[in-house]
This record gives sequence, C-alpha cells and structure tokens, in this order.
Amino acid sequence: MTYLPKPKFRHPALETNGLGFTHRDYEGAISTLCAGCGHDSISSAIMRACFELSLPPHRIAKLSGIGCSSKTPTYFLSQAHGFNSVHGRMPSVLTGANLANRDLIYLGVSGDGDSASIGFGQFAHAIRRGVNMCYIVENNGVYGLTKGQFSATSDKGSKSKRGVANTDAPIDLVAIALQLGATFVARSFSGDKSQLVPLIKAAIEHEGAAFIDCISPCVAFNNHDGSTKSFDYVRAHNAALNSLDFMTGRAPITAEYEPGALEVIELHDGSSIRLRKIAPEHDVHDRIAAINLLHQRAAAGEIATGLIYVDREPDDLHHHLGTVEKPLNELGEKELCPGTAALERINAGLR
Amino acid sequence: MKPTDIGNPDYFHKVVDCQWACPAHTPVPEYIRLIAAGRYSDAYMINWESNVFPGILGRTCDRPCEPACRRGRVEEEPVAICRLKRVAADYKDDITARLPARPKQRNGKRIACIGAGPASLTVARDLAPLGYEITVFDGDKQAGGMMRSQIPKFRLPETVIDEEVGYILHLGIDFRAGEAIESLGALLKQGYDAIFVGTGAPRGRDLDIPGRKEAAAHIHIGIDWLSSVSFGHISKIGKRVIVLGGGNTAMDCCRSSRRLGGEDVKVVVRSGFEEMKASPWEKEDAMHEGIPILNFLVPKEFLHEGGRLTGVLFEKVRAERGADGRRDLVPTGEPDMRMDCDDVLIAVGQENAFPWIERDIGIDFDRWGMPVVDKLTFQSSVPNVLFGGDSAFGPKNIIWAVAHGHEAAVSIDLHLRGEDVRKRPAPMTNLASQKMGIHEWSYDNDVALDLRHKVPLKEQAIALKDIKQEVELGFDPKLAFAEAQRCLNCDAQTVFSAGLCIECDACVDICPMDCITFTENGDESDLRARLTAPATNPTQDIYVADGLKTERIMAKDEDVCLHCGLCAERCPTGAWDMQKFRLDITHAGHKACRSSA
Repeated sequence: MTYLPKPKFRHPALETNGLGFTHRDYEGAISTLCAGCGHDSISSAIMRACFELSLPPHRIAKLSGIGCSSKTPTYFLSQAHGFNSVHGRMPSVLTGANLANRDLIYLGVSGDGDSASIGFGQFAHAIRRGVNMCYIVENNGVYGLTKGQFSATSDKGSKSKRGVANTDAPIDLVAIALQLGATFVARSFSGDKSQLVPLIKAAIEHEGAAFIDCISPCVAFNNHDGSTKSFDYVRAHNAALNSLDFMTGRAPITAEYEPGALEVIELHDGSSIRLRKIAPEHDVHDRIAAINLLHQRAAAGEIATGLIYVDREPDDLHHHLGTVEKPLNELGEKELCPGTAALERINAGLR
Repeated sequence: MKPTDIGNPDYFHKVVDCQWACPAHTPVPEYIRLIAAGRYSDAYMINWESNVFPGILGRTCDRPCEPACRRGRVEEEPVAICRLKRVAADYKDDITARLPARPKQRNGKRIACIGAGPASLTVARDLAPLGYEITVFDGDKQAGGMMRSQIPKFRLPETVIDEEVGYILHLGIDFRAGEAIESLGALLKQGYDAIFVGTGAPRGRDLDIPGRKEAAAHIHIGIDWLSSVSFGHISKIGKRVIVLGGGNTAMDCCRSSRRLGGEDVKVVVRSGFEEMKASPWEKEDAMHEGIPILNFLVPKEFLHEGGRLTGVLFEKVRAERGADGRRDLVPTGEPDMRMDCDDVLIAVGQENAFPWIERDIGIDFDRWGMPVVDKLTFQSSVPNVLFGGDSAFGPKNIIWAVAHGHEAAVSIDLHLRGEDVRKRPAPMTNLASQKMGIHEWSYDNDVALDLRHKVPLKEQAIALKDIKQEVELGFDPKLAFAEAQRCLNCDAQTVFSAGLCIECDACVDICPMDCITFTENGDESDLRARLTAPATNPTQDIYVADGLKTERIMAKDEDVCLHCGLCAERCPTGAWDMQKFRLDITHAGHKACRSSA
C-alpha cells in the first residue's frame, strides 16, 4: 500500500472510450492492501474491462462481503454504487438489489473465505437461482486478513508460510458453480490480465449467473514454496484451455485462423466472444464434459484456466419469476400499491 | 531491444532532462530541493561549482533547461528553474569562506585570458586555485564582458555582476583593465604557457540599405548602443524608435529605449513572430512594456530629410514554402509601408572579428573568418592557444560560454602537464537509494498538478522611469518554496532489479502515467507501439530489463514518468527502488583529471 493518493497527472496521449472517459476515470480510492497483492491486479482488470466496454460507472453496482477481497470495491469505480455487506452475505444482498433494479450491472466481489466458507450456502443459492451478475471470487487460498490460516480452497498438501501442510480437501468453486447451473464459468489468474480482462468483459455482458474464480496470490502469506497459489506455482501449472477476445458490435474477423481453431459465440446484444482454442478437445458448451475436464486436469496437477463453460441461451432469475420489466424505482405509486382490492385478490388466490 | 545499460552515466543523465539540456550540466533537481529546504547557500554553491555565475544566470540565462523540463510535458509549463537559481543567489548567506582559497604556491605556469567575459572568467576560476598564474586582459575598465556591457541594468543590476566577477578576481588573478590586446603575435612572444581567447562576438551586423549613410546620426548598431548606454555615454533617445531585428539584443534595445525617452517604440522583424530568435519570455517582457512586435516587414530604405532620419520604408512579405521545401519570404505586392521615427536601432545579428590575430602565426581560420577550433578540446591549430565562448563557434549565450570555459580549462591543465588532451575525464556519478522507510523517501514524492508561479514585477510606472531599476523582484521565499515544489525530482531514478521481480503487476497498475509494461521483447518501434500507453516521444528512452521468470521484459517509457515512486512503494519485493543519480562534470584539477594521482 501507499499513503499517497495517486497523482491526478495522466499520460497526455491516453485513449478514451465511447463515453469519452479514460481508464483513469474508472479508478477508486488508493488501495490499502499489501503491496503486490493479486487483488489489486484484479481491481485493475475490472477497471480495464469497464473502460473497454464503455460502461457508465453510475450504472454499475459493486457488492462485497468481508475480507481482503471484499475491501477492493473501494479501490475501483468510485462513481459506481457500492454495498459492503455482512461476511458471506453479498449474494443475498446482490439478489435483492437485482430484484429491485434489474437495469444495473451487478458486480459481486468476494473471496475464498467469504464464498467458500462462511458464505458457501449464499454463493450456492445465488448461482442456483441464476441471478444476472458477474460474481468474481478473488481466490488466494488463505485467510490473509487474519494472518494466513488455510482457507476452504487451499489444496490438500499445500503448505502454510510456516511449513504446515493442509490436510483438508479443497473446495473447487468452479466445479461447484458448474454443478449448480451457472451459465458462464471461468477461471483465471491475477497475474495474467490478457486472459482476465476479456473474461470479465464477457462475464459482465453475459445475461445470467456468470462466475469467475480468479487465483490471486497473497504476497504476505501465500506466495512461498509449498503454496499452490503462489505466482510461481500458478505460472508453472497454468493450463489455459483457450484464449478469448470480447468484441462489442459486429466487428469483422480480420485475422486468419486454422479451421476449428476459432469459435465465435454471438451474444444477444450483438457483441461476441471470439474463442481461440488451446485445448482442442474442450467444448465450452458441454457442461458435463467441462466438469470432467476440470477433474482430469486437477488430477494431473494442472490448473485449468480460461473460459470453461458458457450457455448459449442463458436465462435468469427475473425470467424464472416473471417479474415486471421495469426497475421498481421507475414504477409509479399506482403500480407499487395497487390498493386493497388487488391485495384481496392475491390473498384469495392463496386460500 | 537490448537491455538498458544503466551503468552508462549518459542513461540516467538523460532522464534528468534539465541537467542534460544544460551546457554546464548543473545538477538542477539537487539545488531546487535545497531551495525548498531553505538551504540557499548550499543551493548557491552547487550552482557556483557548475555554472560560475548563479546570480547573473538566474536573471539572464537562456535557460535551455526549461524547454526540456518534464513538468512541461506532463502539465503545461516547466518549472521556473532559472528564477529559482536567482532565489539561491538572493537569499544565500555570505559564502566567501566556501570559495576556493588562493593557492599558497604557484605552479610556475602562466596563462593569459583575452577578454574578461564569462568564458575567460570560467577558465580563470577553474585554473587559479590549482596554482596557475592567470592574467586576464580586457579593453574595458571592469571585468564581466558582455554581461556588463550589453545586458541592460534593469535586467541585471551592476551589484550582482560585481559580486560574482569579484569572487573570481579575488582568487589572485591579475586583471589588466583597459588593456585591449592588439596583437596575438606580440602576446605569444611574452612567453605565456597557454592563451585562452574569450573575446566574444563583438561586432554588430549593419544593414546596408539606401539612406544608411545619410541618416547615420540617428541609426545605431544595437550592441554598440547598448554598451554605450551601459557605460553611461548615452542617456537619451528619440520619442519614436524602431528596433530592427528579432533576437534577444533587439528585445534589450527596445526595452532600454522605453526607459530613455522612447514613447512610441516598435520592434520590426522580417519573418514571422513565431520564428523570431528571441526567447519567448523576452518577447513577452517587451510586449508587457507596451512595445508592439510587427512581423513580415523587410526594411527597404531609411528615409531622411536634410541629413535627418524621418522614417523607415518596409516591404510587406509573406512566408511561402518553395519547391525545395525551404521557406522563403515573398513580397505580397501590397504598397510599401512607411513608419515615421526619430531613431533606429539595428539588432540583426552579431559577428566575430579577429583583426588582432595575425594570419601568419599558425592559427588556422576557415573561409568564414572563424578560427578552426577543436570541438572537444577547444584548442586552435596552435595547441596552447584555445578559444571559447562566442569567439569559438559564434554567438551563443553565457551558459555555453561557461561550459566552453570549463572544457578549455581541462584542456589547458592536461596539456601543460603533458597529458593527452583527448582523454577527457569522466563525470563523477553516484547512485544511491532514497528509501527511508516503508512509505518514506528522502525526497518529497507527493507530486501534484500545480501551475507555474509568476515572478513579481516592479510597478511599471516606476520601472520605466529608471534604466537601473531592476524590473523583476524575484520570488520571495514563500513563492520560491511553492515553485521549487513543482520540481518532479527527475534525478530520483526508477531502478529495476529483474531478479527480485515476481511479476505481480502492482507497479503497472499503480503507475499514474502508464509508463510500465511487462511484455514480449521486440524491436524498438514495435515495442514503443505496444506499451501500456504508446511511447510516442522518440527523444526519450525506453528502459528495458530482461531476466524475468516468464522471459518477458520490463519496458518503462521514461518520457512522462513523474518520479513519484509509487511503483517502488507498491513493489512487494523491492524490485523497484528510487535511487538518486548525481552527476557532476569533472572540472580541471580534479583527481579524475590526473592519471598519475
């Protein structure tokens, strides 16, 4: 961390996006996390993704729980809506907010403790219900804020900073998300922004429950030999399944690819994901195959990253419930309080 | 790209743009920090060592450092380096005890310096403390050369010249006032071990157009007129004055005229306003005193009646780019323009003149009548006769004269000790970490947007009444502190150790100027386009380091780095460190100059 605010100077030739903003306009307060924290890189990737998508910051809601990861929404998008909830309860607050105002973009930011331990049930149900959101877990496999105890995502056999081996089996949030019906599932690494930024862009644009497990080394407590979430270990064992570009609008494909190497996934809003396959056998639309592949790679000691699964026709909670099209704050008093007669009718229907 | 060799003193020197641009390579950020700390005497001494005339230069320097200043690239205007130098001179204590002592013993070598201007005085200052016996000749009664004769007193008070010239003359120098050298051949016969020629460019160019002879009584050569004003021979000029020429001399002429009775004073230049040779601030100062600058007018004829100047006729021109790409001035075809006036000052350039150097004593001259001078050693074709300042390569300015003086002194010292003059001493450099604590640096790294502060001026009504009244009041200590804080401390270098880097991207993310990129290597043009923010300024280097675990390279664009140190503060492993780079040019007599020592 640093005590200094980031100077207001900026590069004279900084590019602007469709809204006329530079990436500096997507910044937040100066980070108070440890110097070199992977989470800061993820914050930076989120800012970059929002900048590149030309999102108006005030149409984004960033929600988080408790932990190092959950502090980060303060450090990006200072013009966005924010809610720092109770430990592990971000998914409920996000679900509620989404039900009340479906027009905002929901960014859930959580950590391995927040989502895989205290909020494991919350995580499961928000995914299960198909809340339209981009849910990012900043996964460092350690309780950094309480000085480095193993978390629920620490791999069995991985060692703490003091050399003690973890004896518990890890929770693989990607596998759980797949199993629970998430319609967009990816894994990435804070040290690889070229992979992470397009994934975040695609997840934000995905109209359903999008989940990204992002391995984020804890420089203070989990970046040593024996850790399986250190910069060196992740770089050495990273098995990228694919790499992708997220394209807004219908841009022509200019580069030439070998047949089968490039898959274009069209989205409803006209944007598209261009997927370049690195593991040719992997079909990102096959949920069962994706689960199998994850387990195979894990057994081989590899960390599968990239876009793991995406549903071509996602739907979300509002669709399941048949809710009103407009956000509640845009409805008039008449629609919100239809009166005694309407209440009587509802009650009668429940008798 | 090849990894950057930060061991080469030039690399970090170039990053300190102001110091690199300064002909004398004064360590600018170092003395600006001292000014901010209120240590004016220390700041003065750094300047004195390097540029010899801090008080004079702090008022009159051509400031090549300022256009180079990084603040100008990341904000709007550069740090007011020149006027901060004046602050050090204005507020210092008595520094005489810190000046070099007169040598107790002479070394038996005699050196003659011809002309007592900045170049000669620098040679004298560098060599006298080493034991050389220095004799300085000048046709004027007082030492200082053009600093005294041509710079108007409202820009540079006499007391400042007396003080700083005095520091040098007190080193035990034999100053022969009023002794102009009429023959170099005769001087050579007097057995001096070395002769340094620092006679400047003393001849003002004339304008040979119709009417010049007839109206001569009211047409003056700018630099001659300025020195007559300076020495009190002239104290009046007509009400309507036309100054011909667009250089700094023209600016001094018009502003002096305003103070000697000129009410309607105009500057007229042949080419465009933008192409004028005068420094932008000097043009501004002139216009501020109600002097219009008229451009694209070529003087055609001096108009006169009965031997009296009545005006000047100008042809109107415009700039046109010819087929060969060169810019030409072409008549517009409009009728000529007549301007009435009482006096004309011609300031269209200066020339060197060496009528006192015999052409048969072994000193080679080129076909333009300039001595053939070695650009490295400043020696002429006679090895113990050296040239410096304006007399070496034509009119420049004081700070160049000082730089020449230092180099010539090094050559004289090497030559007289029988060493190779082409083996120039390397500069003294030092690179030291500025880290004081986790978030603490020994310099103020909290940089902020902050526009340049204006130097307060004397009320114009008073300033224009007296030609000796200094116009600029200089910064007061409070303003000086505020202006000093604008300095970005470019000498606090970002030093990268690839072996410590874990490639966590923290520096890339925090850098407010998007200077840092970790990427695959490529050739320079490819790399410059691929950086986090494209590096479009080819005059600024890319710092490249290899040896990273992922086999990528670290590439940092030096162009707009704020030296805020956030990369180093955010670095978890200390791979980035802020290290102060100090470079001092080695002057004559230093240990580094003596191979036997």
